[in-house]
Amino acid sequence: MLLLIVLLPLLAFAAILGGAKARQTAVIASGANLALGLLAAFTWKTWANFWGFSVPVLSTPEIHLSLGFIDGMSVVMLLLSVIVAFAALLTGHAPVGREKLYYGSSLLIAAGAIGAFVATDLFFFYAFHELALIPTFLMIGMLGRGERKAVAWKITIYLGFGSLVLLAGLVWLGAAVDTFDMTAMNDAAVIDPATQKSIAAFLIVGFGILVSLFPFHSWAAPAYASAPAPTAMLHAGVLKKFGLYGLLRLGVPLVPEGLSAWLVPLCVLLLGNILWVGFVTISQKRLDGMLGNSSVMHMGYIFLAIAALAAAPDHPWALPAAVLLMFAHGVSIAMLFGLADKIERATGTLDLDELGGLAKSAPSLAFLFGLVGMASIGLPGLANFVGEVMVFISAFHPGNYNPVAGLGPVQITCILAIWGVVISAIYMLRAYRKVFQGPSGKLTEGAADLSLGDRVPAILLSVVLIVVGLCPNLLLSLLR
Amino acid sequence: MLAWILLFLPLLAAAANQLYLKRNAFIASMVSTASVVASFGIALVLLGQQGATVAPLPWLSLDGGEGLQLTLELDRLSTGMMVIVTGIGMLVHLFSLGYMAEDSAKARYFTGLSFFMFSMTGIVLAGNFIMTFIFWELVGFSSYLLIGHWYQKDSAADAAKKAFIVNRIGDFGFMIGILMLFGITGTFVFDGMKEGLGNFQTANAGFFTENSAAFTVLLGTALLCVFCGAVGKSAQFPLHVWLPDAMEGPTPVSALIHAATMVAAGIYMLFRVQLALDLDFAATFAGDVIAWIGGITALLAALMATQQNDIKRVLAYSTLSQLGYMVMATGLGGGEAGMFHLYTHAWFKALLFLGSGAVIYACHHEQDIWKMGGLLRKMPITGATFIAGTAALIAVPFTSGFFSKEAILHAAHDHKALFWLAVVVAVLTPFYMTRLVIVAFLGKTRTDDAGHAKEVPPVMWVPLAVLGVLAIISGFTWVNGLAPATPAHAGEFHPNALFWISLGALVAGVVPAFLLYRDRDRDPLSIALFRERFYLDAIYDKVVVRGIQNGSAAIVHFFDEFVVNGLIVGGASRLAESFGLLFRRVQSGNLQGYAFTFGIGLILVVYFTTFWK
Repeated sequence: MLLLIVLLPLLAFAAILGGAKARQTAVIASGANLALGLLAAFTWKTWANFWGFSVPVLSTPEIHLSLGFIDGMSVVMLLLSVIVAFAALLTGHAPVGREKLYYGSSLLIAAGAIGAFVATDLFFFYAFHELALIPTFLMIGMLGRGERKAVAWKITIYLGFGSLVLLAGLVWLGAAVDTFDMTAMNDAAVIDPATQKSIAAFLIVGFGILVSLFPFHSWAAPAYASAPAPTAMLHAGVLKKFGLYGLLRLGVPLVPEGLSAWLVPLCVLLLGNILWVGFVTISQKRLDGMLGNSSVMHMGYIFLAIAALAAAPDHPWALPAAVLLMFAHGVSIAMLFGLADKIERATGTLDLDELGGLAKSAPSLAFLFGLVGMASIGLPGLANFVGEVMVFISAFHPGNYNPVAGLGPVQITCILAIWGVVISAIYMLRAYRKVFQGPSGKLTEGAADLSLGDRVPAILLSVVLIVVGLCPNLLLSLLR
Repeated sequence: MLAWILLFLPLLAAAANQLYLKRNAFIASMVSTASVVASFGIALVLLGQQGATVAPLPWLSLDGGEGLQLTLELDRLSTGMMVIVTGIGMLVHLFSLGYMAEDSAKARYFTGLSFFMFSMTGIVLAGNFIMTFIFWELVGFSSYLLIGHWYQKDSAADAAKKAFIVNRIGDFGFMIGILMLFGITGTFVFDGMKEGLGNFQTANAGFFTENSAAFTVLLGTALLCVFCGAVGKSAQFPLHVWLPDAMEGPTPVSALIHAATMVAAGIYMLFRVQLALDLDFAATFAGDVIAWIGGITALLAALMATQQNDIKRVLAYSTLSQLGYMVMATGLGGGEAGMFHLYTHAWFKALLFLGSGAVIYACHHEQDIWKMGGLLRKMPITGATFIAGTAALIAVPFTSGFFSKEAILHAAHDHKALFWLAVVVAVLTPFYMTRLVIVAFLGKTRTDDAGHAKEVPPVMWVPLAVLGVLAIISGFTWVNGLAPATPAHAGEFHPNALFWISLGALVAGVVPAFLLYRDRDRDPLSIALFRERFYLDAIYDKVVVRGIQNGSAAIVHFFDEFVVNGLIVGGASRLAESFGLLFRRVQSGNLQGYAFTFGIGLILVVYFTTFWK
């Protein structure tokens, strides 16, 4: 059945190419996927055979097109993908004449992301992600804003390079455990520490570039600023989590000693995300630049959970913390990019100094943006807070922290990372203040509020943020 | 069960208002008011329950039985505090019905109030530290909403933002403190902390006998970090700057949030920690720091208050100063005295703020005391109750403030420097309050706005009258069972040395103010240092925000753009680019081409892996 979830967007893509109405087809396909994803969340354990799928593709090396839920983490990522994909396709409005490219590419990104999260074969795990990257480049290069060609070129080089490094790491890893079957890897013999260290380096750098780990982050903010709304939503919200998912799925269980050998460099880099990029975010003059950089910054918190796992692999808090935060961040950043697009459509600009007082003319937009803005800076009651606080707790959990021994690298990193909570409040409230509060200006006075249709995806995403924030057990029960 | 209803009732009201009643302001205001009246009723029922167990709600469940539950703590401290919160909350809701009657966003205002009631109830009833933190943040958020109620005004929007960010700075330390205490005691639950601390000591007994100071250093550091949270929320020096600006919010909000309840949460939380750990703050070096921060805040704020002309700002600085008193007492090991002062202060300061609201309402939103005058004749009820509140604040004997301030001085008794500092504050308080009363309420009317003032409607003066009575009597022994905590001998009268010192301080404050400000049209004193708040706000704005924060953000941004992106990583990508040039010849240079290359690349990868095997 998982094959159906992966194929549905591809079939819809084919139908669109064949002349079906682009928007309707895309929305129906992603809506059906959302329903299937929810069904999977309830039945993945009991109906494992029903969902799983496997056909051999190559015999040497042994490669299967196999899909399945290795554990609850895949289910959560699948849920994230189908929710964001549905919202992204509802949010997007293609420029006239480019519907096929616009909706078709979005569907391809969704298919690739879903495939990567449910693939249980190393080769397809990698290939699905590549599949999703190509339409991302296309969307930015052909339908993006500003210097779209330059930006598309830049991320092609960055992500292409990252993928190559990653590929080398994955091949090495596959050789070291002597299988490409991700379900069988955990049973393989333990890799010797020196090899672990080398593989871990490839994985950290390869996955890291894909997740915009400092200092490989410069591609992200311009790409999101330039990308059409659904692309930004899908890439920042879903596809970028591939790198983190990969580290959690492969790095933590298979090369734990390798990761812990790189613990201190990893801590330094993730602080680069949180503090360095945090400051970069503060000095942004445009809303899209601010959101793009904030998304880079928040990756640091998930890396912090990975660092906690590197220090204590059997940590009961860190893995759920990372997964929950990935989910929450994906939903919130997608909603932010979606609403930023609406602001630009309503006022014609995203320049913070040109906006102001938009709450008066567009109260629903102001409410929803305020809600998700607060979610993204970790207001309790919304999903991101739960993830963040769990990450912080993992760093100080007895499994990781002994007060008598003093503060280790993870604790020191955590303390510095908490300062990021202040930084994010500064940039988010400043942006909100400049866009929505204060007296109305020329551009905002007559701006239209969200239409009913535009509210649907935003409300869907905000309900997810609230429900998970109030009752995180709904997601955590998938991970137990 | 009742306790859970108490917690979630205001949230329900806020949600109903937000979702269904945005366009129906009258019903929204009634829903909010009804919910707070019900809350007050429940709070009275729960009053005095000790150790009653409340069934926990599951929240975070992880493998191996780890996780967090939502738990509520019912004891004298929390139930007493709930009576204060819901009691003042109820009166403020009533007052708001009159004060905000003409406001175009009344529904949003009452939604904010209900959301605040929910958050504050959460802080009070929280049974573990993570819950405290959750509601701590939510209270800050509702304060942000309410300060920014008139968000189209630049000053209000800026003040709201400032309040939130400054609070977050405090929360930075608070979170670290919570985590450190978790590391030490192994739990977030207040009930288990004492045991956890004991276990920690036994488990590491060998280490602590070798390093005798290590234990107090560790615990003291954790407590100081926790205290950072109180510095933010209770607006202690050096994070006090947000509170005076918060006066941009509607005045009833100032009464409820920025005088009586939310800003007191810091003291409440400290006392909760003291109870949970069963330990005096004075036992570690943290106590000294806390006491001095409190003392400095009390003194600086009192000095600032003497030169303010905005009626709400005088009261705001006075609030800072009184909060400083409470913090100081807590740091000196007199947490009970701090809580007792919190309790009396809540009533009389809410009264003073609501009174100032009535004045502002009657004077057509005039807030400058020098443009008022003679209001006692025009508004006898408001005037009389305001004077009653003032009497309590300046500790006129046998008012509630008198008993609680004496408890504070008593707690400071063994600390000479802080004791005399507290006495100086006790002189300054009557000085600035007498100035305020004389200039605004007595003498002749100075402007038309004040001339046209008339008494406010009953929905506004009834709350004033109720609070007026409480301001006078709430300190007596037969009422102070309501208080969340009381020091020994609270509310008893002993004409000892302390009594004469505080009486002397009162006279030393009132008499000069009376002589100086009687029949004046403008301030005879002009002390720029106090008026400009020791230039702290200007320094923060120019140096910290613009200089350090924005400056370093700009520098980092520059480096990010030109060094990280341009040279280091850019160098690598330029290398890749030159490889790319090779391909660019082959391709037409468009993106479909790149995409195509990627496809080819994938196929190559398959072959590569095949042959490599």
